[in-house]
Amino acid sequence: MPRSDGALKYDRDGRLLFTRRMKREYTLLMPQMLPITFTMMKKVFELYGYKVDMLTSTHRGIVDTGLKYVHNDTCYPAILVIGQLLEALDSGNYDTDKVALLITQTGGGCRASNYIHLLRKALRRAGARHIPVVSVNLSGLERNPGFSLSLPMIRRLAIAMIYGDLLMWLRNQCKPYETTADAADILAAHWTDALVAMFGRGRGLSKKEIALRAADIAADFARLGRAGPQKTLIGVVGEIYVKYAPLGNNGLEDFLLAEGCEPVVPGLTDFMIFKINNRVVDAELYRGGALKKVVAGVFQRYIEGLQRVMIDAVKSQPVFRPMGSFRDLRRLVRGYVGYGNKMGEGWLLTAEMLELIHAGVGGIVCAQPFGCLPNHVAGKGMIRKIKDDYPHSNIVAVDYDPGATRINQENRIKLMLSNCKDGRDATAPSPQPETGDKITVSTAGRELRPATLPR
Amino acid sequence: MGFTVGIDIGSTTVKTVVLSESGELLFRAYERHFSRAREKAAQQLRGARGLLGGREAAVVITGSAGLGVSKASGIRFVQEVYATASAVRRYVPDADAAVELGGEDAKIIFFGDSLEERMNGSCAGGTGAFIDQMATLLNVGVGELDELALRCERVYPIASRCGVFAKSDIQPILNQGGRREDVAASIFQAVVDQTVAGLTQGRELTGKIVFLGGPLTYLKGLRMRFTETLKLDSEHAVFPDDADCFAALGAAALCERGDAAPFDDTLELLERSADCAALADTLEPLFNTREEYDAFRARHGAAAPPVCDAERYEGAGYLGIDAGSTTTKLVLISPDGGILYDHYGPNMGDPVSVVLECLREIRARFDGRVDIKACAATGYGEDLVKNAFGADLGIVETMAHYRAARYFEPDVDFIIDIGGQDVKCFKIRRGAIDGIMLNEACSSGCGSFVETFARALGYGTAEFTRLGLFAREPVDLGSRCTVFMNSSVKQAQKEGASIESISAGLSISVVKNAVYKVIRASSPEDMGVKLVAQGGTFLNDAVLRSFEREIGAFVTRPAIAGLMGAYGAALAAMDSGTERSALLDAEALANFEHTARPTTCGGCTNKCALIINTFGGARKYISGNRCSKPLGAEPSSGPNLMRYKLEKLRAMRGTGAGTGARGKVGIPFGMNMYEDLPFWFEFFTSLNFDVALSPESSRAMYVKGQRTIPSDTVCYPAKLMHGHVECLIDEGVDAVFYPCMPYNFDEGVSDNHYNCPVVAYYPELLQANIKRLRDVKFLAPYFGLHNRRGFERMAGEFFYESFGVPARETRLAAGRAYAAYGRYKRDILREGAEIMERAREQGKRIIVAAGRPYHIDPEINHGIDALITSLGLALVTEDAIPRLPRRGGARKRGVLNQWTYHARMYNAADAVCARADMQLVHLVSFGCGTDAIASDELREILEAGGKLYTQLKIDEVSNLGAARIRLRSLIAAMDDADAAAGDERYAAV
Repeated sequence: MPRSDGALKYDRDGRLLFTRRMKREYTLLMPQMLPITFTMMKKVFELYGYKVDMLTSTHRGIVDTGLKYVHNDTCYPAILVIGQLLEALDSGNYDTDKVALLITQTGGGCRASNYIHLLRKALRRAGARHIPVVSVNLSGLERNPGFSLSLPMIRRLAIAMIYGDLLMWLRNQCKPYETTADAADILAAHWTDALVAMFGRGRGLSKKEIALRAADIAADFARLGRAGPQKTLIGVVGEIYVKYAPLGNNGLEDFLLAEGCEPVVPGLTDFMIFKINNRVVDAELYRGGALKKVVAGVFQRYIEGLQRVMIDAVKSQPVFRPMGSFRDLRRLVRGYVGYGNKMGEGWLLTAEMLELIHAGVGGIVCAQPFGCLPNHVAGKGMIRKIKDDYPHSNIVAVDYDPGATRINQENRIKLMLSNCKDGRDATAPSPQPETGDKITVSTAGRELRPATLPR
Repeated sequence: MGFTVGIDIGSTTVKTVVLSESGELLFRAYERHFSRAREKAAQQLRGARGLLGGREAAVVITGSAGLGVSKASGIRFVQEVYATASAVRRYVPDADAAVELGGEDAKIIFFGDSLEERMNGSCAGGTGAFIDQMATLLNVGVGELDELALRCERVYPIASRCGVFAKSDIQPILNQGGRREDVAASIFQAVVDQTVAGLTQGRELTGKIVFLGGPLTYLKGLRMRFTETLKLDSEHAVFPDDADCFAALGAAALCERGDAAPFDDTLELLERSADCAALADTLEPLFNTREEYDAFRARHGAAAPPVCDAERYEGAGYLGIDAGSTTTKLVLISPDGGILYDHYGPNMGDPVSVVLECLREIRARFDGRVDIKACAATGYGEDLVKNAFGADLGIVETMAHYRAARYFEPDVDFIIDIGGQDVKCFKIRRGAIDGIMLNEACSSGCGSFVETFARALGYGTAEFTRLGLFAREPVDLGSRCTVFMNSSVKQAQKEGASIESISAGLSISVVKNAVYKVIRASSPEDMGVKLVAQGGTFLNDAVLRSFEREIGAFVTRPAIAGLMGAYGAALAAMDSGTERSALLDAEALANFEHTARPTTCGGCTNKCALIINTFGGARKYISGNRCSKPLGAEPSSGPNLMRYKLEKLRAMRGTGAGTGARGKVGIPFGMNMYEDLPFWFEFFTSLNFDVALSPESSRAMYVKGQRTIPSDTVCYPAKLMHGHVECLIDEGVDAVFYPCMPYNFDEGVSDNHYNCPVVAYYPELLQANIKRLRDVKFLAPYFGLHNRRGFERMAGEFFYESFGVPARETRLAAGRAYAAYGRYKRDILREGAEIMERAREQGKRIIVAAGRPYHIDPEINHGIDALITSLGLALVTEDAIPRLPRRGGARKRGVLNQWTYHARMYNAADAVCARADMQLVHLVSFGCGTDAIASDELREILEAGGKLYTQLKIDEVSNLGAARIRLRSLIAAMDDADAAAGDERYAAV
């Protein structure tokens, strides 16, 4: 029985609801994870009538606020995201009677499914229990009258994700070589705006249009002025938040750029397909849920289709190294962890490390929050076997935590870098980035350059 | 190339070497830099001026603190492990591996076909710093520590996860009278175990091994532990010359033409870099002005005991002894609370001697004048002191502290006590302790950390903390634990932070650790209205100030903040009404003799490390025991569901009702097998398999498997699985069966029914990391028992493929297995109900130990069950509490109730709230991420139901001292609550 508390409405379990009226009057605050992609996603929300503000603050106060309101043994992303949201409420920039918080919920067996509850606990402790929290999920958890993900909206979010991945991928391949400072970022920002405007007009959404736009984007990036020798490729994998968010990984990408490397950061699309595919796998492993399996299968195929369009667009410019497809990843991970390993980043994390090795990276940073449970197995737990199978693989696991010092993290990354630079020196001219279709299981590792020490 | 110079700027020391063109070592320096890394580096290089002045030399910097210097000076930097590796290649070309220990980092480099370089994870930092700290703890220099270690007779098992844990294990051994020689060796052994377990990660450390770095160059005892542990002979253990400078040698070797420059220019660059400092994270100053500080001092001057003329006083006296973990405190009071005598000092690893000295002094000064009517002991060493000196009563330290706080603030409703090792907080409601928060192992030792740190820099603690009072930019050093703080301090030092900023930062970190990790408070209302802050650490104004700042409220700090435990004990002695104390008299003290002999109890599988203390040849006191067996009494046979379950499960091996004809299936007895074994045993025996169960977990088994553990922060139960699997392989089974199970049974009380990610997928980790598993049939299929029909089909396919078992047989076996599992669960419920019923008949209190099924493993809980029952409590587990129906009884959770094991704990907490005679104790494994969610929720449920939340964190640390104090505090609080309830009933009549 819904009960009312003044203007606030609650569901039968006492959860504060986000009402239709709130949709009109409230501003939704959302944390940022991937700068480009989340900017576009924010626009999609706005197209559907939500007022959204994305938080981009990065100062130390966020961690302190997080530590104050969240159990300190919880994972670092929760401390950061909740700290950032509460800090924003406290900043005086928002009318706290007209603001709600947006947070994602995956619904799996990892702690991340509980972030939303930790956020509510934190709000209670901060004396802000009147602020509604809205769950963004595809599992049907926590419905709200004033918020729903309609199919057309999900479609736009998915497309925003595709464009976001494409822009990030190309930007990362241009940034280390750009002849005009920030040209790659400016181009990415330009396209972000242009695409959002297109979304507003209902354009750029069909597969055909996406293919055209994506090809335009790739062509634009190909025209950017670039110079200099090929830099060492360094892959970044890990727990989704610390992998992407500069706030979570102490600006890892910038650090790698400053060290003279080209960061290779696999996109969000594979993670999304992975999460959808988990439902299909569940149905196969434990039986049951036939309908779910069909629905998930349809959705998976749709996004895989979009991914193919994106890969083709990158391939249309041979100067760029294309990303692998979800299918490639699935094939690579066989013999390491099972497809049932789905909590957190699950088997995808292992697969991404393998994909990066096959793509010829000199080293990999495996980033995770201190004590990350799924990564004990899929991250740190697989490095040994990867090393056995690919003796010259060069992976460093780095823990991120409020108490871990940046200097320790950077020192470990530097160790990894000095090993791969060695390898590069050993083979005279650096090979050009490999252009796709190189992923074959049988020749695994043999294409790699040996990492040796000077004698 | 001409001269080459390598400068290694580490966390604690600076090393400089100069090599000639032919590679000859012309100059070397190795010195501690005492936080002045840049100055020291410049100074050392200046030292080479006679050699290099006016010439060209190539210079390369390395070392963890070298990065900043390199940036500031423009001199090239190479990573230090990389540098070390190239030095080893050059000087010991046939080395198979190198182990290097430094002040902050430990490294292992494997040579051979595939080069691997490893550095310790963030959690296991501070190797050299740890040895320094431990030496301080024993009140000896590092050199003396080494000498002590060479004279050891036995080595204690000490948690090797990190310095904080090791310290938690060492402290009680000292307090119980362990020999310092043995402790010293055990400290080195802990370093060895940590290095070997944490860094080898599945790669065997064999062949010719080179040992490098300062500690391994200078400490013979440490070398000995390494060579013994790795079973190396003198040919395979290489301790090269200049092993302390290898990274610097490597840096010199890595010099390239481009690095060459006129020496004097380079020197100037380095000298200039010494001056620039840029602090990243700074905080508000503690005090901006002298006036602010004076006002603060005046406010805190009020709470002091009455003045009393100790030299002339005649009459009754009451003595309190607080034998704490790092300090010993004694207070002798007059009946009005005036202090006649007090002592506060380090126990120097030998509390008995310290107390003896004090007592002799007291007898000498006061005999004839003051009649000591009663004496009470408290603290970690309570029992030892009580037995040694004839104290009349022992009192739990929490109660002692409360008693003292009440003296100064009768309406106190919150006490925070920060001592050397522990942080204790109590909430008080209606005159009884209503909530206890004690730090867990991870956040312990903050108080003494400040002390050791001050001493390392050559200051007294008081002097050091005073430095921070007016620091303009205190540095932010984080709050996770002292290992992390230590590393933050190093970073701050590298950035050029002043001693003042670091001092203030440390005081603030100690407080943050207490407020956010122990109390988990986000506002002063979370604590109370009348707060009393005590414990030795609060004597520091900087700590007190940052506490008031952090919580935004004023508190009372008694003038005797450091003596409160002893003062409370003295007051309790007075309350006891004892008229004639049994305390040893002057003569007995003069003839007092004490010997301590370590031994291992053979009474049961716990293998407790006992220390037998003898006093004057006649009286004996045994410590280190978990039950009463070694004391000659019968082992405690109190109602104990944990033991009942364990015995039931252990019996499930062999062929059961089947023939065993299909072969021998090995099942590792750990993790979720503690829940699912009844199912799988029935399943396999029905299919005529012989079921081999790995032995019960033990420390030895853990050690057997520890080399293949890839993640040092995973929980202990998971780490044990490596040993279990190794044992099964040794036994020679036909297959090892350990399925991946993301889903648990759906018991209908939760939103979802997952296992935690570690339980779910650990088999895959084992398969990838234990090479021997590739030689046996390792079966790790994904199974979901929650969906019976699905399981029957999947298992049918799987066992047909693996063993050719017809699907129909598998289906039948599955049916029996489900039935057997149901029987087992019902049996637990029945036995639990019986225990609870019997307890109620006998008027016993009931403790629900809420944890995971595998927490009944004695190696994981370290005999906590015996401890609980020995305290006269009846013990049941969370799965013996009948499920409250989702609709109706159980309330909606404040969390997503996503894991089956947690759902049981929430359910048990609800049930406990409904009964006056029940309490819940939450068992948590260190590193259990899911319990970060569950502990807050359990606390909320229990506190809303008027119960205490008691958490026992268990890990490799095998000492139960902390657990005992928590449990005794819980009992004392229950007594108090019952007494208060009785009073109310009485008042109502």
